Amino acid sequence: MAASTGRTVGSILLKCGTRCGSLNKTSYNFTRQVLSRQLCVSSALHRKNLAAAGPEKFSEEFIKKQVEEYNIGKRHLANIMGEDPETFTQQDIDRSIAYLFPSGLFDKRARPLMKHPDEIFPKQQAVQWGADGRPFHFLFYTGKQSYYSLMHDTVAKVLAAEKQQVLLLSEGPVPQDTKPISLVGSRWLLKEELEELLVETISDHDYARFIQLMERLLSLPNCLSEKDFVQRYRKQLEIQSSKQQVAPLQYDENGVAYSTADGRRKTATCTVLLRDCGSGSISINGRDYLHYFPVLQDREQLMFPFHFLDMLGRFDGQCTVGGGGRSSQAGALRLAISRAMLSFLSEGQVESMRQAGLLTPDPRVKERKKPGQEGARRKFTWKKR
Amino acid sequence: MAPTAVSNKLKATHRKQFQELQEAGEKGERERTMTLHRLFPLRLRQTIAQVRLLHGSGCGHQLEEVAMEPELRKETSVFRTQVNDPACQSERHLGQYYTLPTSHLHTIFPHGLPARYQQQVKTFNEGCVMVRQPALELISYLKAADYSKPAVRYLLYGLKGSGKTMSLCHTIHYCSTQGWLVLHIPDAHLWVKNCKELLPSSYHTSRFDQPIEASNWLRNFRTTNERFLSKIKLRQRYTWTKRESTEKGSPLGELVDMGVSRVKSSSDVVGAVLKELRLQAAETEESEGFRLAVAIDGVNSLWGRTTIKKEDKSPVAPEELTLIHNLRKMIDNNWCGGAVIATLSQTGSLYSPSSAYLPKELLGEEGFDSMDPFIPVPVSNYSEKEFESCYLYYLDRHWLQHPHSKTDEGKKEIIFLSNRNPSVLERLCAFL
Repeated sequence: MAASTGRTVGSILLKCGTRCGSLNKTSYNFTRQVLSRQLCVSSALHRKNLAAAGPEKFSEEFIKKQVEEYNIGKRHLANIMGEDPETFTQQDIDRSIAYLFPSGLFDKRARPLMKHPDEIFPKQQAVQWGADGRPFHFLFYTGKQSYYSLMHDTVAKVLAAEKQQVLLLSEGPVPQDTKPISLVGSRWLLKEELEELLVETISDHDYARFIQLMERLLSLPNCLSEKDFVQRYRKQLEIQSSKQQVAPLQYDENGVAYSTADGRRKTATCTVLLRDCGSGSISINGRDYLHYFPVLQDREQLMFPFHFLDMLGRFDGQCTVGGGGRSSQAGALRLAISRAMLSFLSEGQVESMRQAGLLTPDPRVKERKKPGQEGARRKFTWKKR
Repeated sequence: MAPTAVSNKLKATHRKQFQELQEAGEKGERERTMTLHRLFPLRLRQTIAQVRLLHGSGCGHQLEEVAMEPELRKETSVFRTQVNDPACQSERHLGQYYTLPTSHLHTIFPHGLPARYQQQVKTFNEGCVMVRQPALELISYLKAADYSKPAVRYLLYGLKGSGKTMSLCHTIHYCSTQGWLVLHIPDAHLWVKNCKELLPSSYHTSRFDQPIEASNWLRNFRTTNERFLSKIKLRQRYTWTKRESTEKGSPLGELVDMGVSRVKSSSDVVGAVLKELRLQAAETEESEGFRLAVAIDGVNSLWGRTTIKKEDKSPVAPEELTLIHNLRKMIDNNWCGGAVIATLSQTGSLYSPSSAYLPKELLGEEGFDSMDPFIPVPVSNYSEKEFESCYLYYLDRHWLQHPHSKTDEGKKEIIFLSNRNPSVLERLCAFL
């Protein structure tokens, strides 16, 4: 359908007698993108504009073919791995690809992947007008039809709610116990997410106006009926603390409770064994922590988890640490100690530790040195001549 | 007229202060202690006790005052003891601070105390030393030793900053008060490094002299042992140059003065002094003998390496230094009538890893063989009681200014951060 439309458009242009050289390769693919007014230009100019053409445009047929290939490939992969093609999930696919094509690349996005084409190819708008050239949507000529139609619908709902409110008030001053829509645990979609939803670029001002309108809708008392509509534009936030896995406490032969944990920071790794002895002595790599960390700052880092939970003299620690420097070893130990202490704590304390940042591994690593520069950010000395 | 007015005023202020104390006491024990420390600095407490006794039934609080007296005394003596003589101190006084009399500070320790401790003495206006187990042990050995036998060698060793030098100073104080002659080398490491002037020895061609260090030491030796200088007579004639010599029978003081004034031959003077003392210490008490205490801090430098270089840039071995050579002779146990008390020190030592603290590691093969047999005395970090005592002492001296450091949580933090190591604790509390 789109293909024929495209061809028709092209033929119309041809019929118009405009001189056209070899058309752009992409237009040959019968794009389902909104066709910009096609200027028939020579191939030389086409080549220059390729870089500035923007993201690639894929046709519907192309996408359909990709989906078919993906499904067939999925079954092939299941056969290769010796599993049942019917119950082969995306997780299994990821696992198999990671096994068959092991990659040591640092960036996860650079590694080989096999996903459904919908997730790979960006969503594009279908052709917005019919055979007669008339656009389907009445707001097409605004330029941002999805956005303005959304605003239009929302305003309609607002007006309807206000009208209902006036009606109810006129009936009698009956107190309304309509509960407002609960907004806890969710947030408004971000501008990027809204753009993705509408398949359209919007400006910051547009986004602000949209949020303003939604808030106005929510402020009206009878908005419970629009709950689904509103929830479509809100994203649920997961409760972070439920993600924490707390290992159960172990007991050694004397009945003393102990727990182990690992920690990492930059290139330093460490393991910690905490015992609920009551002596408050910590040994690192067989040496006393006072001698291993002569600097006060490192000992303060070690002290932080204990001091935060008021358990300073309670635990006895045996740690092994390697790699990294003085500061990163201290940071790794702090993380490992916090993780080891989780099994001794209650839920509320775990949550407060998480909020204090004791359980977050520090993601900062040394940035790569780039060619043409002296360091990661430092450029070579600029010489005027 | 005037005195009664003054005493009335005193009565009124005391009454007010006691009332305040009572009210604070009602709030709780801790309040009372804090108020006590705030209202009554140490000296004032003692005078108030006396004043209270003098008052008649003028103020109606007499009974309570009398009852409070023993408690007051108890407050002050938890971390302090009035027994200032090391000979009388025993296990009862473990963990308590005793005060070094100011006169002793200047005479016995012109150069002996650690630098940070000297600063502390200047700040607090008093020199307080904690009675600790290693020092008490050493003193008991010294009391029990037989001085007709060859000198016993004691070695204090322990982790960095655990109090070896202070224990040594405590022992030296004991020896001084008992009338011994103390030969204190505050830091033997200073003799093997950073030598500004190195002269070839006149006495022995292959050895080297260190005039500056030797004359400094002789000067301090003179301050420490004033009373012995005139009593001890030389047994031998010493010729320094063609024209100068010290006759036999002249007092030691003359020799020392000569060494201080003639800087060039001061190292040889040191050697002569050591030899004389070694020979004469063997005499018994009756014939005006004396006991000799050789106290060396950082004894491991005697057998290590030096950073001193000869003119042709080749390193100097410790044996080639006159001072070190003579000192080694003192450490040999071929003389009687005294003791050798030594401390190992990694802090100033050369070419030794910072984790080394045991005798074998720091002395090396040669040193260990020379020192062997010796009595090792380990010095460890503060125990809980000692830490409490130190903490209370700092509080008493208003050294801990930060309000959080006076709370229990602050105390726990301090314990963790310093791990009860005396020097680390001192440095930590310095900025609190």
